[in-house]
Amino acid sequence: MSPKNTPARADAPLPVLLPFRIEPTRLGTPRLAPVHALLFGAGLALLAGTAWAQAVDTRLSPLDVIIKWAPLLLSGFAFNILISMIAMAIGTGAGLGVGLGMLSHNPVLARVCWALTQFFRNAPWLVLLFFVMFLVPFQITVFGVRIPLPDWVKATVGFSLPVMANVAEIVRGAVRSVPSTQWEAAESLAFTPRQTMWRIILPQCVKRMLPPWMNLYSLVTMATVQASIVGVSEMLTLTAQVHTAEGGRPELFAPLYGFAMFCFFLYCYPIDRFTARLERRFHIR
Amino acid sequence: MAVATEPRPWTPDQPIIQLIDVHKSFGALEVLKGVSFSVKKGEVVCIIGPSGSGKSTLIRCINALVPVTSGTILVENIEVADPKLDKLALRRKVGMVFQQYNLFPHKTALQNVMMAPMHVLHQDRGEVEERARALMKKVRLTGKEHTYPGELSGGQQQRVAIARSLAMRPDVMLFDEVTAALDPETVKEVLFTIRELAEEGMTCMLVTHEMNFARDIADHVYFTDRGVIVEHGPPDTIFSAPRDPRTQEFLSQVL
Ligand SMILES: Nc1ncnc2c1ncn2[C@@H]1O[C@H](COP(=O)(O)OP(=O)(O)O)[C@@H](O)[C@H]1O
Ligand SMILES: [Mg+2]
Repeated sequence: MSPKNTPARADAPLPVLLPFRIEPTRLGTPRLAPVHALLFGAGLALLAGTAWAQAVDTRLSPLDVIIKWAPLLLSGFAFNILISMIAMAIGTGAGLGVGLGMLSHNPVLARVCWALTQFFRNAPWLVLLFFVMFLVPFQITVFGVRIPLPDWVKATVGFSLPVMANVAEIVRGAVRSVPSTQWEAAESLAFTPRQTMWRIILPQCVKRMLPPWMNLYSLVTMATVQASIVGVSEMLTLTAQVHTAEGGRPELFAPLYGFAMFCFFLYCYPIDRFTARLERRFHIR
Repeated sequence: MAVATEPRPWTPDQPIIQLIDVHKSFGALEVLKGVSFSVKKGEVVCIIGPSGSGKSTLIRCINALVPVTSGTILVENIEVADPKLDKLALRRKVGMVFQQYNLFPHKTALQNVMMAPMHVLHQDRGEVEERARALMKKVRLTGKEHTYPGELSGGQQQRVAIARSLAMRPDVMLFDEVTAALDPETVKEVLFTIRELAEEGMTCMLVTHEMNFARDIADHVYFTDRGVIVEHGPPDTIFSAPRDPRTQEFLSQVL
């Protein structure tokens, strides 16, 4: 760094520190790429490995423990994904209904939907989860057929409640952001309000709704680990069990939980990047 | 209060639009203060007047976008203020074009034209598409069928909007300052399209600030101010020899 570029100022750091100042890169702020995620993971593995190398023992190294249990842990992770997807599907369907209900001309319906949205949006997800776990029976009988409701199903329902409320708010906001002139134009062409909503307004909203909806999906995926608290055998639960099975060795704690973190990161990070890209693209249009 | 009567069957010798003592208030603000006039089939009527005088409100009352406070509006003998009004029946007779085009941005130009006949009138897709293509040609936009509104110029969008209205095969077209948002070059294209329509015998009601165009095209001109019709007559009389001082003042400002 030449002195010409760095005029001496009273608040300038000591000259000895100058060579260490990082030049702003061409890219501006550093951007994370999938390759960083891989580096992060590799670093983690290395860390585990070196930590192990220092100890003198014949037991499995942390890396070997992860490899050994990876199929089980990954099946747990797949369960997290399954729960998140089902919760998202239920929540999106219900949220669309509640969101449109909030926009209804029927004041009673609008108030009820508004109250539902506010309630479920402002309750901690974990508390909602507990409520569903305790309030929903472990099986229901429909037309004499007993349908068991395992814990993971109940947990999924528990997650779909806040999803519903958040989707409702996304729908309401998007519909409200469409200029009223679109309604007028449709009305003058003899569209009914219902037709206008489904054929003209909502299709326009998809673009606006997609980024916050995907963002919500990321949050739901990460929240699914809370199901471990109510005993669902998802990844976090299994990680704890593996840790116990391996004798609860303290040096395994970071590698095992780091592996779980890494899996979630690998899954959610691309979604996050994609969302950001969509947002930017829609912003320009 | 409008007295519910069986609509007499409409015949082309009767007025196609008739307003009788129409009042409209938004809360305490009275925007229309007793407007009466009638339009014959095939007539081209221009409404001029300072902004805020209630022109848009007047034109919106005619296709029931805005409910009137009192008075009677008949479109082909359909009582617009009737609470049991069949809005579909009214709106397929009355086409409307707005200042801001208001095209559906998620649909191509051709889809914009096709939507209402397909989904409102449930007409056959092939037939509707054929008609829509013909309308795109009529507004001289052949080749732009698959373009989205966002990629069209203002004048092109406005012509798509006209085609979209015509696709419902209306008997009357309402134009509310349709060139006010356009730049001068594209104003011509749109006015040309409207002129063609008028010459084909379409009944047109235009709110416009294009005085030369109004003078040229109109059969009858209404000057409105503060919710009343101040003066009306054939364009030559209104533009060359206005009698009311308010008309004189307005014209001296805009001509
Ligand atoms: N939906 C509405 N609510 C309240 N006031 C309105 C509404 N629409 C129009 N107005 C008022 O009515 C008056 C006439 O408006 P408008 O019919 O748009 O006049 P013009 O088209 O002649 O400029 C204006 O003062 C306007 O603010
Ligand atoms: Mg106006």
